[in-house]
Amino acid sequence: MRNILIIGATSAIAETTARRFAVAGARFYLVGRNAEKLAAIARDLEIRSGQPIARESMDLDQLNLHPALLERAEQVLGGIDVAFIAHGILPDQAACQQSVEKTLAAIQTNALSAISLATLLANTFEQRGRGILIVISSVAGDRGRQSNYVYGAAKGMLNLFLQGLRNRLSEKGVQVLTIKPGFVDTPMTAAFEKKGLLWAQPDQIAKGIVAAVERGRDEVYLPGFWRWIMLVIRHIPEGIFKRLKL
Amino acid sequence: MKPWANYPQQNEQVKIALFFPASLKNFGIHKKLIPFGNGRSYGDVCLNDGGALLLTRGLDRFIVFNPANGVLRAEAGVLLSEILALTVPQGWFLSVTPGTQFVTLGGAVANDVHGKNHHVAGSFGSHVRAFELLRSDSERLTCTPKQNIEWFQATVGGLGLTGLITWVEIQLQRIANPWIVAENRRFASLDEFLALNDDYEARYPYIVSWIDCAARGRALGRGIYMAGMHAPPGLMKPPPAERRALTVPFAPPISLINNLSVRGFNWLYYHLPRPARGLIPYQPFFYPLDNLLEWNRLYGRRGFFQYQCVIPPLDAREALREILARIAASGQGSMLAVLKRFGERTSGGLLSFPRPGITLALDFPNRGQKTLALLERLDEVTRQAGGAVYPAKDARMSGDSFRQYYPQWEVFSRSIDPRFSSSFWRRVIAD
Repeated sequence: MRNILIIGATSAIAETTARRFAVAGARFYLVGRNAEKLAAIARDLEIRSGQPIARESMDLDQLNLHPALLERAEQVLGGIDVAFIAHGILPDQAACQQSVEKTLAAIQTNALSAISLATLLANTFEQRGRGILIVISSVAGDRGRQSNYVYGAAKGMLNLFLQGLRNRLSEKGVQVLTIKPGFVDTPMTAAFEKKGLLWAQPDQIAKGIVAAVERGRDEVYLPGFWRWIMLVIRHIPEGIFKRLKL
Repeated sequence: MKPWANYPQQNEQVKIALFFPASLKNFGIHKKLIPFGNGRSYGDVCLNDGGALLLTRGLDRFIVFNPANGVLRAEAGVLLSEILALTVPQGWFLSVTPGTQFVTLGGAVANDVHGKNHHVAGSFGSHVRAFELLRSDSERLTCTPKQNIEWFQATVGGLGLTGLITWVEIQLQRIANPWIVAENRRFASLDEFLALNDDYEARYPYIVSWIDCAARGRALGRGIYMAGMHAPPGLMKPPPAERRALTVPFAPPISLINNLSVRGFNWLYYHLPRPARGLIPYQPFFYPLDNLLEWNRLYGRRGFFQYQCVIPPLDAREALREILARIAASGQGSMLAVLKRFGERTSGGLLSFPRPGITLALDFPNRGQKTLALLERLDEVTRQAGGAVYPAKDARMSGDSFRQYYPQWEVFSRSIDPRFSSSFWRRVIAD
């Protein structure tokens, strides 16, 4: 049985992933912003897992609250085996271009708060000599594009940070897993017209995450075909790339 | 969006995905709405040409499950397959299940679906303890068979028109294990089928028959009688290897279901040897087609029509013979024809389809006018016999037929939410 801390537990990807862990009898500590949604999700997971579930709602942008949050989770679970960082927002790129404040707020939520949590969790796991850290990043972090480079920059920072962390902890029995989903049909992407083969359902991503944990993977694109798409995107020379409408 | 039969294909201008029950006012749209669950209704009850669809699959959380008494409450977008995955290992089964487990709980209520045990258990609505109806004016009504009764009766079988069903509470039935004791028998004629009913219905809770629709003359009305019951404690085998579902990858330009394949399939299905009695897992017994995902694509891009009618007991024999004769004469056979007797028990739903009599379900590849004309000829028989056609499977019945089949439609229409409408509803109330 695993003790799993989920941060951003009301996100669609986190919720569907939690259900897959629940069936295997996991115990959870759920953290999210909206108390009402969190309660509905906790109730559902209690029924699926047959275990009582602890939760707390919190604004994760307040980095100074992170150490105490993790201490409570450690205590309630009796040791965190798996930490899943899944919170994030999709900022309005056009609005960010007109506002430094909005740009920095998006980076605070998508990069800094995740880095703060990852730093603290990594130290706990390192000391213990085991632990699994799963972080939801994005294909958007692989290359800056005019349509969403504020979001992309935050995810790109997160990717590099996690690479370094993985490098540091590789000999310490700690798995650092970076998840790079493509387009996923969730409330976060509600504003998009969801058509075509590139869109995935949250449960497809969840299935991939569970498999990546079991196989001890480092970085996974989900669904897997994004690996090839991003391979091409990353290798387009900047001189050409800057003229593309992406 | 497309319904299950891939006909008709219409354009909804707005799609709104629901993840948490919110007030319906927040969407800021002025088009009329209809909830869309998992898209398993065959025709246009789940469509809203030019309007908006509320996609309810995001409402998929369990709220309460009590393994001591089998009461389950869940959000309306939960699939019956998800319920079974949770409850079967704990010894509980749906009190009524349709022939696919891939329908939402809300859809099962809105279409008041039925199953192989109708003759003893009634329809899905008979086992609904409560649900919440969210109206477009933000009123939330808890409806039970004793509270807000008019809303309960309008919403069970109400085709999603009375407002959004946010959650549903149902009573499950106890089972000892996931196995079914099943019995198969061939019958040579409708008369033999009716005689078998009298014998088997007293002994088996689940009964359904397949009928060879391509047969003519002396073979007319032949078929296979299938009965089943949940296996008693102790009578079970080790769990079967999980069968991988196959997927029909795409819809071919023309239907693979044609006269030749229908005749061949029906002949084989009738003559293939099958065990008279056996112990089988519940999935192939209740959901034989669920292992062939997207099977609707076999009918090609033009889709198909389902025709399911019920004929009152008195005229059933004559009317069914006439329907089968008209189908055989048309040369448009049905791949899967299903026959079953409905019992007396009703859920009270104003627009519920199940009523005492014999029900026959058929499907036909869409060959345009030719198929529509045949279905209208079948409606003639159904109307004359005082029967009814199932809205959840319909895409073509006339307004006159509908209003004769569902005389309560005017009473019902008073409960329709002013912001809700569907393609089906506009079609059947137009003249």
